[in-house]
Amino acid sequence: MTTMQNVYLDNAATSCMKKEALDAMLPYFMEEYANPSSIHAMSRNPRAAVKKARAQIAACINADPSEIFFTSGGTESDNWALISGMEMLEKKGKHLIISTIEHHAILETSYYLEKRGFEVTRVGVDSDGIIKMDELEKAIRPDTVLISVMTANNEIGSIQPIAEIGKLAHEKGILFHTDAVQAFGHIPLDVQSMEVDMMSASGHKFGAPKGIGFLYVKKGIKLPPFMHGGEQEEGRRAGTTNVPGIVGMGVAAEISCRDMAENSAKLTELRDHLIDRVLTEIPYSRLNGSRDRRLPSNADFSFEFIEGESMLMSLGMKGVYISTGSACASGSLDPSHVLLGIGLPHEIAHGSIRVSIPEGTTMEQIDYAADCLKQTVETMRSLSPLYDDFIKQQRK
Amino acid sequence: MNMYDGEYSDKVIDHFTNPRNVGEIENASGVGTVGNAKCGDIMRIFLDIDENGIIRDCKFKTFGCGAAVASSSMATEMVKGKSVQEAMEITNKAVMQALDGLPVVKIHCSLLAEEAIHAALWDYCQKTGTVIEGLKPPKADINDECPL
Repeated sequence: MTTMQNVYLDNAATSCMKKEALDAMLPYFMEEYANPSSIHAMSRNPRAAVKKARAQIAACINADPSEIFFTSGGTESDNWALISGMEMLEKKGKHLIISTIEHHAILETSYYLEKRGFEVTRVGVDSDGIIKMDELEKAIRPDTVLISVMTANNEIGSIQPIAEIGKLAHEKGILFHTDAVQAFGHIPLDVQSMEVDMMSASGHKFGAPKGIGFLYVKKGIKLPPFMHGGEQEEGRRAGTTNVPGIVGMGVAAEISCRDMAENSAKLTELRDHLIDRVLTEIPYSRLNGSRDRRLPSNADFSFEFIEGESMLMSLGMKGVYISTGSACASGSLDPSHVLLGIGLPHEIAHGSIRVSIPEGTTMEQIDYAADCLKQTVETMRSLSPLYDDFIKQQRK
Repeated sequence: MNMYDGEYSDKVIDHFTNPRNVGEIENASGVGTVGNAKCGDIMRIFLDIDENGIIRDCKFKTFGCGAAVASSSMATEMVKGKSVQEAMEITNKAVMQALDGLPVVKIHCSLLAEEAIHAALWDYCQKTGTVIEGLKPPKADINDECPL
């Protein structure tokens, strides 16, 4: 094994900021710090900067700048779309459909809506983590008013058939929201051709700072405000405009979309190399999620007979930073709902880790991570009574 | 609530990184296995006990998180050289103290270590007809309800 390296492979948790985005933000802290809602001349530049960022983001998803509303991030955007969306449509119907593998920002919001008297159907996914379209269609009722299905899953990276869902929703006269937090800036998105009515995204997942995000709301949809107060964002989202965050997000979005094809090709090569190495070199391992319909940066594995948190700790000591879907890492009763959702038994789900590769990672780093992973799995198995029992059973 | 490895004491990290007494004992005087895979922890403890009821050697195998590995490693260190009666009296609190504490969500790992020792001692009693005062038979599955 080569000397210790530091390899960050937790990019789905958060990404390193893009230098260009940070540079673009800096003037808006101590020079152009005026409030863009002010009327005096000093507010002109910040106002223009926000306008530019809105256009930069809209261009990435084939939207009109007037359809982009800045928020504090993905969670707020999801809460706004679902809660205000259901309130807006309440008179028409009280039924919401989501998938079983949504991010907690959608899942927990759906439980909250149930407490408020709305009804929710959670449609399952296949073993690849792709929504079952026939079940989705069957779940639609006369009082279904909103469907929300994530663009790409945050744990297993599976990419959903968004255009197909959009088409189905609109045939039935239902509004369609997608949580694109893991997808925006990473895979091509087009709100027109995908027939998306609302889309959530979060800046820090694509090189912008934490604490900024947006909700795309299609023109004509009168989504009521979720945050009440001032008249910012056309009266749709109150709160002093986060100028530096917005400027950073605009630049990060523009660069992400400009370089997407190139980055995507590089990441796919790294991802596939890692997947191939793990599946051929580590016995009793499996890839979670679809082999092809997945984010270029995502690889999620289960290793039998061992537990994810101990793998995470052991890898961390070798300088490889990943995350896990094991319950032992969450303090909750069950392993990740996503892993259970694709049909993994609890004991396999406990032995799962997520690798999410940042841009700029080298093949050498991926090989180092694969070597460390191999070594960690061997070490943890040498400690495991389950592995002992399995080997003894095999010999019989 | 997430677990950060920064919440683990240096002792836990040490016993996780360099676990003591990993392995099996052939023809052990007593073997105890507790926990279940569904909940994410299984501990197996092997005891080698001499004719005077003194624990000569102790080994373990554990499937579980960092705290589970460290708790098993510490427990094996603590029972070595003790009489079976003394070993019976080692509590999960003692294991935790020896590890300089565990995060609240990981306390059950130390409980599992206590139960694993008890289960191994019970096995020894069954094999030899020994009676250890206060020792109860292990529950069929202490983790039937996954602890938090």
